[in-house]
Amino acid sequence: MIWHNFGTEFSEVTAWHMTVDFPQLAAIRLGYGLSPLTPPPQDPAEVLAGIGLASPLPTAMTTSRAATMSIRLADLRKARQERGGEEDKEFQAHNQMLGRQIHRDLQRRIARAVDDPVGIGERLVQFWADHFTVRPDGPGQNPLAMAFVDEAIRPHVNGRFEDMFFAADTHPMMLLYLDQNRSKGPNSIAAIKQPKRNIGLNENLAREALELHTLGVGAPYTQKDVRELAELMTGLSYDNRNGFNYRPQIAEPGAETVMGINYGGDKRAVLQDIRVAFRDIARRPEAAHYISWKLAVHFVSDNPSPDLVDAMAAKWLDTDGHLPQVYRVMITHPELAATFRQKVRQPFDYVVAALRALGVTGRQVMALDFPQLPAVLTEPIARMGQRWMRPIGPDGWPEGAESWVAPQLLAARISWALTAPGKLLTQAPDPRAMIETTFGGTQSEQLAWAVPKAESQAEGVALILASNDFNRR
Amino acid sequence: MIQLDRRLFLKSAALIGCSAAAHPLTSTITFAALPADSRLVVIILRGAMDGLDAIQPYGDPMLAKLRQNISVGPDNGALDLDGFYALHPRLAPLKPLWDKGELAFAHAVSTPYRDKRSHFDGQDLLEAGSGNDLPIDWRSGGWLNRMLQAMPGSTAETAYAVGVEPMRILSGEAAHLGWAPRASLALSPQAQMLFDHVYHDDPIFREAARDAFRIAAETDQTAMTKGPTADATALGAFAATRLNAQSRIAAFSLSGWDSHANQPNVLGRALDNLAAAIIALRDGLGANWGSTTVLAMTEFGRTVRENGSGGTDHGTGGALLMAGGAIRGGRAFGDWPGLADGQLYADRDLLPTRDVRAYAAWALRGQFGIGKDVLERTIFPGLDLGHDPKILA
Repeated sequence: MIWHNFGTEFSEVTAWHMTVDFPQLAAIRLGYGLSPLTPPPQDPAEVLAGIGLASPLPTAMTTSRAATMSIRLADLRKARQERGGEEDKEFQAHNQMLGRQIHRDLQRRIARAVDDPVGIGERLVQFWADHFTVRPDGPGQNPLAMAFVDEAIRPHVNGRFEDMFFAADTHPMMLLYLDQNRSKGPNSIAAIKQPKRNIGLNENLAREALELHTLGVGAPYTQKDVRELAELMTGLSYDNRNGFNYRPQIAEPGAETVMGINYGGDKRAVLQDIRVAFRDIARRPEAAHYISWKLAVHFVSDNPSPDLVDAMAAKWLDTDGHLPQVYRVMITHPELAATFRQKVRQPFDYVVAALRALGVTGRQVMALDFPQLPAVLTEPIARMGQRWMRPIGPDGWPEGAESWVAPQLLAARISWALTAPGKLLTQAPDPRAMIETTFGGTQSEQLAWAVPKAESQAEGVALILASNDFNRR
Repeated sequence: MIQLDRRLFLKSAALIGCSAAAHPLTSTITFAALPADSRLVVIILRGAMDGLDAIQPYGDPMLAKLRQNISVGPDNGALDLDGFYALHPRLAPLKPLWDKGELAFAHAVSTPYRDKRSHFDGQDLLEAGSGNDLPIDWRSGGWLNRMLQAMPGSTAETAYAVGVEPMRILSGEAAHLGWAPRASLALSPQAQMLFDHVYHDDPIFREAARDAFRIAAETDQTAMTKGPTADATALGAFAATRLNAQSRIAAFSLSGWDSHANQPNVLGRALDNLAAAIIALRDGLGANWGSTTVLAMTEFGRTVRENGSGGTDHGTGGALLMAGGAIRGGRAFGDWPGLADGQLYADRDLLPTRDVRAYAAWALRGQFGIGKDVLERTIFPGLDLGHDPKILA
């Protein structure tokens, strides 16, 4: 292996150039790292074939199951209030179960990622679920946030972007999170029938559909485009008892012009108008460029080259946003190797990669129960700065390395690396063997020098897992 | 002792040149432009504190009609403050502060947030400090961060986010530090040296680890108390240690205020924590307590009527608690809107009579000399500062 230190006069990040074989590159950069239990993918075709592993499982959460659980919570709350009873075991148990879905969701996501032999599918689920950020508002919405990933993200990670865009931005969880559910046409039938009620538009989702979900903030759309799209999107509605509905009576009548194209018209408003508008937006060059750039920032480096982003965007335009072909450009581009270890793993990715490196299986992850589950997984990941189901805003988690390597956050990683292996394994791995299975020869001289000098196996393992080599990908 | 080889030292010498400028902590720390003594602690009470129970307006005859099992007044254990308001018995540890003029409150305050009564939206708005413009644009960060940007001479060490909960109030472009008092870095000296070696050529890891090891070493883990209020005490005590050193601003959060049922227990525990955190701040700050303002604020208040479960639901107007030697305490601030029919907000909530941001703004103005324009346009966009409530001594 050849190491060249590029020096750091151009960048805060120490830039290493080294020859890394594709299997190591694929596992570390595109998946959740190397594992002593499964071999890494051998070539780009194997990586791309692995995306299908992220499809929804038969056990997927559904909107309808989520609604049932939420209705039950509301009914139990109402019954408790009517009885005036202070203690209600049934309500408390159900409320606690719903609150605990945050931990259960994290658990199943980690287990699936740990066991995925390729990993890119689960990495893409994580990327797209963050691209289309939602945040449940209280325990009653936790299952719906799980359904969002299973229904709107997983079926489309290997398909066309426009289908994911439509599924995500019409999903009940998104309608609730970005207030679409409260948006009604000011001239809709409902508004005219009830002139005293203050019925009007809410532009929140329409704005983010353009700014965050497709075109990017710098794209040439105007406030008028936002407003017209918001008018076009009126009619989307959800409530637990009636489910998702497109309700023409709350839709703003007439045609709307978004980015110069007319949608709808004098006929009865239909959901298909929204689908067509979303398709057109998703196929615009600004969307191709912005989302290609986001993918490259997530998978390749915080500052991807225009060459890479342009190549991905060109493929997007050629294929109407067929994602696997866009991924292929990124996976086969030389920049993937040239920017090795320029990204810092986000806390979820970090913990999954560490569990894989330790040889922990998904079955062992699923065997965790309360209180170990929050103690070993949810709380440490929160201390590393990524509280599950609690992104700060609709723009999702930050990408920059410096966002994740502050003193407190790094302390949380070191602390977890010191203590979690002992809670998960009956015997700590031998650090000398682990450094080989974890890095496949890509470890730095410094780490290779330091690990055998640790006083204990536990500290040797912690050095590996808390090292910058391991925290980067 | 590890012998680092000469090659490594040379490499590091080359690296320091470019990394030092970028890392906020390695820039020359100067506090010349900062008012040397003023200290501000903001405590976010997550979950919506019932202000009508924490500070009970028992002098309003409607209170006893609306609430039977909560807010039960001085006849049932609350501590009379001024013949109209009484302190919840679980805040009794703070009563000596009231008597000394180091505790005050403003009732019937709120952010501009109305009607939807979502904890998350409400907290977002409280920490963003903006008007009622949901969704929040987090690119402009939280209001304490914008205040840092308006303070010449502030450095990363000036402000601390304490605890494991993200403090959006401090998020933004101005650098600040964060630390959880119970973050343990129980490394052997050998392991710490090995980490120094491993991180050596990677500036962001090297600098973050250096600060982490330093802060951990400065945090006295043995001083940690035990018991149900231990975490709150640790937050207050840790914040005090930083404020006694170079920090002037600290923010942390206390949760557990969402008392939909069985409020005496739920609120009681939360008030225990609040009292413990404030006492830990006072004890830890020692002489510096005299220059300190503590603001404990919550996203909104709770319904004026007790619900069927011995609790209260999400409301609007709430209470702001103030503590510290810098405040003009021992008194109630703000206008009492009344609890009778027609005096409530939406026939269910305490009517807000003042924007809670106005109190925070006047505190920033008094403590750090921030200008009115900056307060109304930048730190709290859209706020009308209004008259000076004179909360500082």
